[in-house]
Amino acid sequence: MTTRRTLLGAAAALALAPGAWAQDDKTKVGFVYVGPVGDGGWTYEHDQARRAVEAEYGDQVETVFQENVPEGADAERVMTQMALSGADLIFTTSFGYMDPTMNVAQKFPDVKFEHATGYKTAENVSNYSARFYEGRAVQGFIAGSMTQTNKIGYIASFPIPEVVRGINASYLAAKAVNPEIEFSVVWAFTWFDPGKEADAAKALIEQGADVILQHTDSTAPQAAAAEAGNVITFGQASDMAEYAPKPRVSSIIDNWAPYYIDRVGAVMDGTWESQSVWQGIGDGMVEIGEISDAVPEDVKARALEIRDKIASGEMHPFTGPINRQDGTEWLADGETATDEVLLGMDFYVEGLTGDIPN
Amino acid sequence: MDLSSISPALVVASLMVASTPLLLAALGELVVEKAGVLNLGVEGMMITGAICGFAIAVETGSPPLGFLAAMAGGAALSMVFAVLTLVLLANQVATGLALTLFGLGLSSMLGQGYVGIKPPATARLDLGPLSDLPFLGRAVFSHDWMVYVSLGLTVAIWYVLTRTRAGLTLRAVGENHDAAHALGLKVVAIRFAAIGFGGAMAGLGGAYLSLVRVPQWTEGMTAGAGWIALAIVVFASWRADRVLLGAYLFGGVTVLQLNLQAAGSALPVEYLSMSPYVITILVLVIMSARRSRATAAPASLGKPFHATA
Repeated sequence: MTTRRTLLGAAAALALAPGAWAQDDKTKVGFVYVGPVGDGGWTYEHDQARRAVEAEYGDQVETVFQENVPEGADAERVMTQMALSGADLIFTTSFGYMDPTMNVAQKFPDVKFEHATGYKTAENVSNYSARFYEGRAVQGFIAGSMTQTNKIGYIASFPIPEVVRGINASYLAAKAVNPEIEFSVVWAFTWFDPGKEADAAKALIEQGADVILQHTDSTAPQAAAAEAGNVITFGQASDMAEYAPKPRVSSIIDNWAPYYIDRVGAVMDGTWESQSVWQGIGDGMVEIGEISDAVPEDVKARALEIRDKIASGEMHPFTGPINRQDGTEWLADGETATDEVLLGMDFYVEGLTGDIPN
Repeated sequence: MDLSSISPALVVASLMVASTPLLLAALGELVVEKAGVLNLGVEGMMITGAICGFAIAVETGSPPLGFLAAMAGGAALSMVFAVLTLVLLANQVATGLALTLFGLGLSSMLGQGYVGIKPPATARLDLGPLSDLPFLGRAVFSHDWMVYVSLGLTVAIWYVLTRTRAGLTLRAVGENHDAAHALGLKVVAIRFAAIGFGGAMAGLGGAYLSLVRVPQWTEGMTAGAGWIALAIVVFASWRADRVLLGAYLFGGVTVLQLNLQAAGSALPVEYLSMSPYVITILVLVIMSARRSRATAAPASLGKPFHATA
């Protein structure tokens, strides 16, 4: 009797083994996206990186993604679903997923989480972000050099530190090359709504802006600028090269692929540890897209020089003297901003008008 | 604050463009709901219309053909809904939601090859001397022809619904489908027609977004416009004139608040961003509050109909 039971048990174990193996063998990676993979901007680049992970590890990984996930309760449901269906690692790729990620991570201590552009970490939650503001400084320089009307329009999404940093960095760079410039900031309160983004761009252009910077994810402002004629724009998050050489004269490209490949690899060989990284032009996470021929040669050369100096660390976009909007001193002459202040940035620098919404 | 940088004529011009997709989709849904059917798939039909219209306009180089294709696309998708709810008696709410999901997926598949392409320009309607009028010329009389078509459709739908026998029949079906059936009206056939019309209008609204307002194709580009159109129908208490008012209020306040922001208005941005929703709802609710009986929903709205039941 005992023998028979053992045999049965062994047979059952054998029968189950291949199935169990197949599940453990592949590393399952989930991705949560805030927009559609075809937005041509932010989410598109995250999805390119997901494809790069698949190309790198082939049969060893299985990736799943969910697009158009609203920031909030829905995000928590999507992450929970992914964790329940056996994901080993989940990338949550928008600022507003921060608290949902923390909540779900607490319930699934064995699943690793990577949250983009936030500031919270836990045993099984890393956060990663790119120093987009370094790219913004290059854009600001080109914008300030090329504007004829001295009026620069900025389509902002939500009043979070990342967006505020971008506004400040581009303003400082533009102001440095052209003290006459003025910034108009329009808050769209959305990451992705082509109709509204187009309306915002049109409103800015009709009021005299001839440069449009955007911190929303679709290419709609590019189309509005192309329609209007003499306006220049910059690709956001992705190259948006289909609008080159004009209106799109350059871009910030988020290159997540090396980081994603690295982190998936770490999960595979068991070396994954919670961390907090913030990489810029120098690390290759932020790339400056090709500066088109619509930009004069000398401006282009200097823009590239700024890019290289930022990459090498020789130059910091936030170098004093810089005052806050209310006129109080923030950075003394020659002082550079600390990451801590930048990560929580909730104030405009001197010269910008308007208030940051709460 | 420098409000002088805002040009009223340009703001009015932009608000007409921004409101047109909403107006078209909401008018279509108005007719559908007047017939007693609740189709929550407006978003899905809009986005399907957006890509069908865009693709055909790009392939043929003709925006009018694009708009026709958008109508066909939206109507074709609505027929899926019609067959499921009218023939197979599926739940309208669930089917409508499924239609939106289906439309979003279908459109992103159809749109694969159309990202980053510029569509042919939709012609401006030449209104001769009217376009030279000082303020109105730029604001009202220098649009593409679709804007005027949408306004014409508003009048036509108002007239048909309230002044004709066909409109009376449609409303009878929506108010009490059993009584209408007893009178010998073809309830299912009339609803098929209404749903198809609603689909075509939603498709047209979507195509206006992809061909004129943005103009480009981007996945998911309707970004909730279909839901706003649905809400406008309810808050407009199922009247064509108020649908026009609601769509223009929503589109108008959206454009106006963006312009105020760009001009550096002292009003807090939080209030400005919520203003399109708040003002549209407030105005329409206050208007409807005066005569409560005339503003009720069609009595058979959302209820299944079976001739033998």
